[in-house]
Amino acid sequence: MKALVCVKRVIDYNVKPRVKADGTGVDLANVKMSMNPFDEIAVEEAIRLKEKGVVTEIVAVSVGPAKAQETLRTALAMGADRAILVVSEDEVEPLAVAKIIKAIADEEAPGLIITGKQAIDDDANQVGQMVAALLGRPQGTFANEVSVEGDSIVVKREIDGGLETVKLALPAIVTTDLRLNEPRYASLPNIMKAKSKPLASKTPADYGVDIAPRLKTLKVTEPPVRSAGIKVPDVDALVAKLKEMGVA
Amino acid sequence: MTKTLVWVEHDNASIKDATLAVVTAASQIGEVTALVAGSGCDGAAAAAAQIAGVAKVLKADDAAYANALAENVAPLVAGLMADYDVFVAPATTTGKNIAPRVAALLDVMQVSDILSVEGPKTFTRPIYAGNAIATVESTDAKLVVTVRGTAFAKADATGGSASVEAVGAAGDAGLSSFLGSEIAKSERPELTSAKIIVSGGRALKDAETFQSVIIPLADKLGAGVGASRAAVDAGYVPNDYQVGQTGKIVAPEVYIAVGISGAIQHLAGMKDSKTIIAINKDEDAPIFQVADIGLVGDLFTLVPELTGKL
Ligand SMILES: Cc1cc2nc3c(=O)[nH]c(=O)nc-3n(C[C@H](O)[C@H](O)[C@H](O)COP(=O)(O)OP(=O)(O)OC[C@H]3O[C@@H](n4cnc5c(N)ncnc54)[C@H](O)[C@@H]3O)c2cc1C
Ligand SMILES: Nc1ncnc2c1ncn2[C@@H]1O[C@H](COP(=O)(O)O)[C@@H](O)[C@H]1O
Repeated sequence: MKALVCVKRVIDYNVKPRVKADGTGVDLANVKMSMNPFDEIAVEEAIRLKEKGVVTEIVAVSVGPAKAQETLRTALAMGADRAILVVSEDEVEPLAVAKIIKAIADEEAPGLIITGKQAIDDDANQVGQMVAALLGRPQGTFANEVSVEGDSIVVKREIDGGLETVKLALPAIVTTDLRLNEPRYASLPNIMKAKSKPLASKTPADYGVDIAPRLKTLKVTEPPVRSAGIKVPDVDALVAKLKEMGVA
Repeated sequence: MTKTLVWVEHDNASIKDATLAVVTAASQIGEVTALVAGSGCDGAAAAAAQIAGVAKVLKADDAAYANALAENVAPLVAGLMADYDVFVAPATTTGKNIAPRVAALLDVMQVSDILSVEGPKTFTRPIYAGNAIATVESTDAKLVVTVRGTAFAKADATGGSASVEAVGAAGDAGLSSFLGSEIAKSERPELTSAKIIVSGGRALKDAETFQSVIIPLADKLGAGVGASRAAVDAGYVPNDYQVGQTGKIVAPEVYIAVGISGAIQHLAGMKDSKTIIAINKDEDAPIFQVADIGLVGDLFTLVPELTGKL
């Protein structure tokens, strides 16, 4: 079974994003960019399924600027077999990303598509569910544990009250949550090897997908800032404060 | 008049709190029809009909909707949307699972996690872990939005008297089935509606220590219990305790962060709390930049002392 994994190039999670002074967006110039952390988990899960003999080939896909090649090379260095970059220098919204992934899935016929649950830049939490809808296939979102059993996949999901388990007919879409696995680092030899793995470059037009945005961003602003408060010297002072607030 | 269809989160017998904030958000967009999809859900439908501001309740009662499987529920919602302009769901794990599937079926770009309604098709929403707030206007004919519960007041659970109309079921898509769940029953207030929250971080060492240090303080205060990702990953507490960008968003009256450094992903989930109290041995920990009251020192002596003195 072939696995398709979706990886997005995003601001590194350790960087504190800054809103541009003109209110048009977040300043990404000279900012460290990395693979979306949930997508690292997606790649790792595909590799583990391949190591178990369930998955035979891993295709990593990214929609983004030419520089997203680096993100795909990371996926290849971790263990993906080949990559497809769908180049767009403009921001592509989740719905259009989902349409592109759907078109690629129509060509590649994967048994499993793994995405992150959420990109840490747009915080949309949409693409995986949308791909599933467009393909008319089931979705196992916020996966904590997965196991392929014959022609279905059992997915334990992280939900607000705890965990729930669903069984999905393959082909299926899985979106990763934080506890699914701990992604490996690419070793130096694998980083070297990844350079010669195939990476195809495409455009949204190749898949007949219109990427014109549906949402107009009118402005982007800083959130209200909290001013730092006071430090109390000891527990007695804290208890006094709590009593003042009427909570103790 | 804009017609909204609200996803009611419920357990078939009663409605969940998350629904009430969604009704408030939806009322700011237009007229509110509440959809109760479930199995044996008369109780929930009756409760939804009493929410102030709900004009009508649609009840889709079918075994296929028992566990809100997205594969079964999304086609139902997409079909009903022929008569509505905006689908509004809570940004809970249920809402996040279903709404994008509905949006794609309608060929609509979803607006996730709205913080405010600025116009018929204009909303604010957090991006980059809440480090920026975007004002976005949809150009789609129909809209799908999810609502951040802490950003809207709760509608009154009583006072309404909407009619309940049964709607046909789209049936089982035959793609997925529900095998079971592990839901911890607790007397403690639910995180997203707790007035006080005590949260513990990596510093709590292990599950036993978390239990023996955090829980007595929470019990004294009648508080909900939260945690950082690090504490969840290390297995001190279950996943549903996680507060943050990719966990639960909370905004209690008082949030007490114990042994939590204050990474942006954690702050994203709790920085709208009214009063933030931090206990940390590192006086430079970033949590102190948002804390109203800070106490520097070793939590293993400070927290038991605090619990004892309350
Ligand atoms: C994709 C992604 C999503 C994430 N989502 C979330 C999320 O939703 N929620 C979340 O919380 N995190 C999230 N994180 C993780 C986040 O980046 C931090 O790693 C995490 O919040 C750190 O947890 P912590 O503060 O408990 O641990 P640490 O950062 O290790 O901090 C421990 C703190 O305890 C203090 N301490 C140690 N011993 C004592 C003592 N004896 N007494 C007093 N203080 C002591 C230390 O000074 C330190 O400040 C996410 C990360 C990624 C990459
Ligand atoms: N531009 C993109 N290219 C490839 N995958 C993407 C892209 N955008 C989103 N995804 C995938 O969809 C997941 C959810 O993203 P989002 O819906 O934007 O929060 C991400 O974790 C990725 O796996």
